[in-house]
Amino acid sequence: MTVTDPRLVGAVDAARTSAAGAATSTSAAGSIGYDVDAVRKDFPILARTVHDGLPLVYLDSAATSQKPLAVLDAERTYYEQHNANVHRGIHVLAEEATAAYEATRDTVAAFIGATDRREVTFTKNSTEALNLVAYAMSNAETTGAEAERFRIGPGDEIVVTEMEHHSNLVPWQMLARRTGATLRWIGLTDDGRLALDDLDSIITERTKVVSMVHQSNILGTVNPVERIVARAREVGALTVLDGSQSVPHLPIDVTALGVDFLAFTGHKMCAPTGVGVLWGRYELLEVMPPFLGGGEMIEVVTMEASTYAPPPHRFEAGTPMISQVVGLGAAVDYLSALGMPAIAAHEHAITTYALDALGSVPGLRIIGPPTAQDRGGAISFVLTDDSGRNIHPHDVGQLLDERGIAVRVGHHCARPVCLRFGIPATTRASFHLYTTTAEVDALVEGLHGVRRFFSR
Amino acid sequence: MNLDSMYQEIILDHYRNPLHRGLRDPFDAEVHHVNPTCGDEVTLRVKVVDGVVEDVSYESEGCSISQASASVMSDLVIGKKIDDAMELEREFLALMQSRGTAEGDEEVLQDAIAFAGVSKYPARVKCALLSWMAWKDATAKAMEPAVASPAASAHASPVDIDVPEQEKP
Repeated sequence: MTVTDPRLVGAVDAARTSAAGAATSTSAAGSIGYDVDAVRKDFPILARTVHDGLPLVYLDSAATSQKPLAVLDAERTYYEQHNANVHRGIHVLAEEATAAYEATRDTVAAFIGATDRREVTFTKNSTEALNLVAYAMSNAETTGAEAERFRIGPGDEIVVTEMEHHSNLVPWQMLARRTGATLRWIGLTDDGRLALDDLDSIITERTKVVSMVHQSNILGTVNPVERIVARAREVGALTVLDGSQSVPHLPIDVTALGVDFLAFTGHKMCAPTGVGVLWGRYELLEVMPPFLGGGEMIEVVTMEASTYAPPPHRFEAGTPMISQVVGLGAAVDYLSALGMPAIAAHEHAITTYALDALGSVPGLRIIGPPTAQDRGGAISFVLTDDSGRNIHPHDVGQLLDERGIAVRVGHHCARPVCLRFGIPATTRASFHLYTTTAEVDALVEGLHGVRRFFSR
Repeated sequence: MNLDSMYQEIILDHYRNPLHRGLRDPFDAEVHHVNPTCGDEVTLRVKVVDGVVEDVSYESEGCSISQASASVMSDLVIGKKIDDAMELEREFLALMQSRGTAEGDEEVLQDAIAFAGVSKYPARVKCALLSWMAWKDATAKAMEPAVASPAASAHASPVDIDVPEQEKP
């Protein structure tokens, strides 16, 4: 189904026009592929000031990205012109709302290289997408023989990595608790990569599912998915990839990645909060038990029992986040118009520049890969003063904020990584398609200021 | 906005040269409190003799605000009657919850008055309160008649504090 309501096309076309305009103009930086200054004009918030007139330097896109006008316009147009509940009315608005909602399914499928639109399920965020798979596995206990691939119990093993965001760790800990399965994990090297030497002894015939992050939100590491997927396939384990930090920044092709499931969230890829995606192979989704029950996900309901709708609706119980899904469609159009290869190239250049520039700050230690190879634009670090004493990330973040620089401090929902490196927290600067080298320069200057403040 | 209103020289002094730091014996109760949003942690011991705070000792890890606050708090409450120290804690809590509107009574709060500026930064209020809440919790445990063992240890979750959540864990 590729119907798009013509009145929604206006906002989406505007997205393509503004992003494409930036893409075709020549960048001063030459190699980057689009004009960052032109792109920044699409994001009104980037022009605001903070603390009585300081320009905002937003280096917290790994927490959430900013939103282009095209996304805001799409949500507004939806509510002004088309608002109705989806999949259940026979009036004009209901049909328009349904068409707009379902059009995003096509857009997203094409964006990640999925060949079947039914493989795209809308969720609240990555967390819900990952929980959906984890709960489907324990729910397999109560469904028929067709769900055998998902069944898990004592003696079975779940494998994650030590660099997971809590959203891809806690649901699997909970699944292990519910089912009696055992949780295992792949450890980290000192430069923040997966320690794969003993991969074959961690992923074994006992492994039922391997769930791992594609790009770490705290270390920036881009993991070698193909190698781990190859081992998981050897032993017949399901594979789940947390793409929260990769789908917004890298060209993604689910067929090439070879995984069974991919979870990602809209708000980190220029879309609104409240919408995420679970992509899964159709042959698996077809036999996967539901997670949430309710309206929309059923086929036939009696007082005694119910049968379930086929995917994707089986996994979309209740009224969905319609305007956010419409916004996600506009965001994907925006990213596609700029081009994911161009975005990835821009962020790679910024990351390379930032790693080099941060290296010039005395007392700064990067937590994660020291070079931009197989690494994304989320850079965590710890900092000491002139006498070698640690400056706590909260103090770093506070003093940077005073200069209008927004970074994140803390354990970034990846506390085991902090434990692994023996640190309480890090300061993290993270980039997106609109980040400039001038912003990185402001960060570096700010860090020199932080050190002066605490070294006095 | 003037950041120096948060990072007062008194705070930085206590941060650089903390008082009463290091866990000591004897003690009546020990608690471990954490601030999960930023990873600040404190392990704190209390010794009470005849209704007076005989000693407070601690090991802590965290930002300058939480470290300095532990130093100021322990120096203020040691030697005080428990009732007076609890009253001081309520004064300090009120100051921290004032969102920058209260000035605080310097006669009562002494060095703790330096934290007045912190109350304007909701994300940092928990840092300033961490050791105070740990002390209050440990003292309550020390006063429990049922606690017979001098090495009674407890791992309590942070006391609910009326400040907005700024960062998800």
